[in-house]
Amino acid sequence: MIARILAILHARNIEFLRDRSALGWNILLPVLLVVGMGVIFSGDGRSMFKVAVLQQSPGIDLTAHRFLQTRFIDFYAVGDLDDALAKLSRHQMDMLISPADQPPQYWVNESSPKGYMLEKLIAGTGSSDFIRGTVSGSAVRYVDWLLPGILGMNMMFSCLFGVGYVVVRYRKNGFLKRLKATPLTPFEFLTAQVLSRLVLIMGLTAMVFAGTSYLIDFKMSGSYLALFVVATLGATSLISTGLLVAVRTASEELAGGLLNMISWPMMLLSGVWFSLEGTPKYVQDIAGLFPLTPLLKAARHIMLDGAGLAEVLPQVAQLAAMTIVLLAIGAWLFRWQED
Amino acid sequence: MSTVLEVRNLVKEYPGLTAVAGISFFVEEGSCFGMLGPNGAGKTTTVEIMEGIRSASSGEILYRGKPIGADFRNEAGMQFQSTALQDHLTVRESLQLFRGFYKRRADLDELIEICSLEQLLDRDNRKLSGGQRQRLLLAIALVNDPKILFLDEPTTGLDPQARRNFWDLIEKIKKRRTTVLLTTHYMDEAYILCDTIAIMDHGKIIAHGSPESLLKEHFSDVVIELPREDFTVSPTSLPWTVHQKIDSVEILVASVSETLARLLELGVSIDRIKIRPRNLEDLFLELTGTELRA
Repeated sequence: MIARILAILHARNIEFLRDRSALGWNILLPVLLVVGMGVIFSGDGRSMFKVAVLQQSPGIDLTAHRFLQTRFIDFYAVGDLDDALAKLSRHQMDMLISPADQPPQYWVNESSPKGYMLEKLIAGTGSSDFIRGTVSGSAVRYVDWLLPGILGMNMMFSCLFGVGYVVVRYRKNGFLKRLKATPLTPFEFLTAQVLSRLVLIMGLTAMVFAGTSYLIDFKMSGSYLALFVVATLGATSLISTGLLVAVRTASEELAGGLLNMISWPMMLLSGVWFSLEGTPKYVQDIAGLFPLTPLLKAARHIMLDGAGLAEVLPQVAQLAAMTIVLLAIGAWLFRWQED
Repeated sequence: MSTVLEVRNLVKEYPGLTAVAGISFFVEEGSCFGMLGPNGAGKTTTVEIMEGIRSASSGEILYRGKPIGADFRNEAGMQFQSTALQDHLTVRESLQLFRGFYKRRADLDELIEICSLEQLLDRDNRKLSGGQRQRLLLAIALVNDPKILFLDEPTTGLDPQARRNFWDLIEKIKKRRTTVLLTTHYMDEAYILCDTIAIMDHGKIIAHGSPESLLKEHFSDVVIELPREDFTVSPTSLPWTVHQKIDSVEILVASVSETLARLLELGVSIDRIKIRPRNLEDLFLELTGTELRA
């Protein structure tokens, strides 16, 4: 069994490495994105202010304070002060207010330009009754926050399309039919595909990580081991998702449609570009179903907050469970060809 | 000789189409068995069910008396009508890939020599000519030193020289006592290579036996062929069956000497006459009423 897996793994690796245009693109795209985004978002490109309102009920009572009636500010409720202050320190929100306190309070991150603007706004609305609070903690640039997202997104596209498309192409051109005529089993074939893509994507991601680190001095506070475990499990769960799309179809168009249908919501909802803080609960629930969400959450926790493996265990467990379930369904549904 | 492969009442149905309509036959160890028929006759479907690539609607396939399983996949070599190989691999790497799937492995150098691949080993498999590619696909089918070899229309699309070279290769493999199961729509190929043939049409076997015995069984006459412009008499005035073709006329006769004497009497020039025995092409025409490759 091992010999058969190694045979197809080796051949697939050669195929990938010799397809120079695809290989080049796999390396170049994330670097371009990171550099590009680093330049564009060197400030903080989002136009909307995010202000968290400390209260126990989910709905915001706009009459609680007249500052809450300010237009173009996204107010949302948070329940836990410590959690909210941690997020404020990571720039996941621009300001935290507690209008129900007597007197009302607000907190800003002193390194945040938006926080500064919001303080001026509060003063402008004549709300001089607020008590000012600040959070400490090292400033996190948007690019620091964005980098795990970009790497995760690149990983997602590479895993989904790299595996899903390849298997569909193999089925369409009859290569899978030829493999079916050998003693190779579906489990061995799928294992080789997962391993091949995993080794390649981990290698490429490590290269991009190192290269980007040289170009942009981004923040990496936590354990490399934890990041490696999270990235490996995340990539495996994403590859398993790609395989699931490719278990039966011989149509590249259909596979492309299905992969787009999966990748776009993941890209928008899993927290690649912006934090899901303040989005409706159902959006966060949907996002929780995607492998990219726990991957990015854990990666950011490690890179920005210095978390170790123990602190990201919930995400590690979630990714492992997703991988097992997706692979099991994939192996069960897999067909070499239509009968 | 022992039976290596047996097919019993094999049926394959697709919605609105019966591709294989209840056929039975067996293949003897060390023989070359040919399945002949026009496109759409059900040859490839039958062979792919035998190979375990497709499932049957009903019926049984037995390999050495047992349903096909892991033993069969280890001992069988297969060359499909069209097979894509993995992109970006050289000929040598393609061989190594497939060789890695089997416990039983042919000697790679010997295989390369048999299939004349020495000069092509480092070439990307996408840059091979038709004949070179077929030789590589045959070598891949032989990587496990198979006891039974399936060849599905292996010479379709090859030029005459490449076809003849391929036949020589198959003869070499036959000498190694490998059982060969070949599908083709070339009657000459079947006649040269096969010990036994089954002619299929519309999913059924319409004739089965050795090429010689089938011809003997169905024909006692020979074919006299004349250029059309030399055939100056009315076909209805002759006591023989006459087929008029575009450029020629074929007369089916039991006695050549009597026919020639009669044609001379009628003043027909026999300077450009050709006499040939009946062949499998004629047999197919006789059995189905249609040209084989129509």
